[in-house]
Amino acid sequence: MGAHAQEHKSHKKLIWKVFGILSIITIVEVVLGIVKPEALFYTKIAGTSILNIIFLVLTLVKAYYITWFFMHMADETKSLRRSVVWTAVFLIIYLATLLLIEASYVNDVLGPLVKWNY
Amino acid sequence: MEANIATKTNAQTWGGGDNNPLGASYGKMMMWFFILSDALTFSGFLGAYGFMRFKFNDSWPIAEEVFTHFPFLHGVPAPMYYVAFMTFVLIFSSVTMVLAVDAGKALDKKKVTFYMLLTIIGGIIFIGSQAWEWKNFINGTYGAVELNDGKIIQFVNKDGKQVALESFAKANHSERTQLTRDKGMWFMSESAIPPFTVNDVIEGFEAHPELSIRTEKVNLETKEKTIVPRDQAMSYLKEARTVVMGANLQVNEYGMPLFADFFFFITGFHGFHVLSGIVLNIIIFFNVIIGTYDRRGSYEMVEKVGLYWHFVDLVWVFVFTFFYLV
Repeated sequence: MGAHAQEHKSHKKLIWKVFGILSIITIVEVVLGIVKPEALFYTKIAGTSILNIIFLVLTLVKAYYITWFFMHMADETKSLRRSVVWTAVFLIIYLATLLLIEASYVNDVLGPLVKWNY
Repeated sequence: MEANIATKTNAQTWGGGDNNPLGASYGKMMMWFFILSDALTFSGFLGAYGFMRFKFNDSWPIAEEVFTHFPFLHGVPAPMYYVAFMTFVLIFSSVTMVLAVDAGKALDKKKVTFYMLLTIIGGIIFIGSQAWEWKNFINGTYGAVELNDGKIIQFVNKDGKQVALESFAKANHSERTQLTRDKGMWFMSESAIPPFTVNDVIEGFEAHPELSIRTEKVNLETKEKTIVPRDQAMSYLKEARTVVMGANLQVNEYGMPLFADFFFFITGFHGFHVLSGIVLNIIIFFNVIIGTYDRRGSYEMVEKVGLYWHFVDLVWVFVFTFFYLV
């Protein structure tokens, strides 16, 4: 037991570093969400604003850090990592893509039918 | 012959036996696959939210107008700050959790106990904050009027800023009083009726010439809701059906009831995960105190419950983005 305790290397430094990264990303997100810089908020790219794309990317970066370093996915075998992460990533992208494409279509068809003046 | 018969007991088989597929213990691997399935459940919910968000792209409520409350800042719109605080609480409780796991690897019982305790406290603060957020959403901010076809009309001043109903409408209590048990039979009661009637609101609107109304329709260029000129407002108000204060599963003063439904359902489901995470953490916490894992020589249970706790944080990161930011 004692020998085992000795061979364990503490990850404390790494944990605080990841906490710093997650905090900075969250602060950036909140500041962008409050300020909404016009150039990012009103410029469209890939069907949404640049700001939304930035939020999405920052979210995925946060998810990566939580999964890899807080949940120690980095220390698992490649096979476990892939069977969990690839499955989730593939199915979620698949679902989201179809849902959002269909929803845009419904919006195109339904939108003009909604009455806004009385 | 005998050599071919499995001699292991059932207990060992349920524990995964000596096999370590994917190089992880049975419990940890199964926790990972539970998390995978739970992640897919959440993405189903958020995907459904995204569908409705895109379907009603030009009339969805604007989140930063909905969640504007902050403790002790009454009437001061403070979008995002409170939910940012909640996010930090959850991230920090994730940090203490992973520190507990780290201390567990070094078999340091004292530190594991301390960090588990901090994690539990963080979880309780988060869930309390969530309750406060719900309370504000349910009570509402300004109040609005619902039209016969279910659309929401909000009131704005000259600058296009929303104004509260009580700032211009006077309650005449003309229609009826609230039905309560002591006024009827013991089984008779109803949900709270709005403090104003539609007529009170229309009278107040006519008495205040600086007011106008706003529809749910979002101008996709400016990303703001459409303000109707005052001279056309009466034709909208003639359609008014009821006064709406706050939000519940049927009505929502901020716009579409669907928004409220998704908000209650997804944050509620997430909050339920936090709650069960807290319960699991408390169980493990007491096991640590009484020395179960010390005797076992392994704190892997802390790691497994930690996986679940981090997953709850992971989901919140996405809920935060899709409900408050995007």
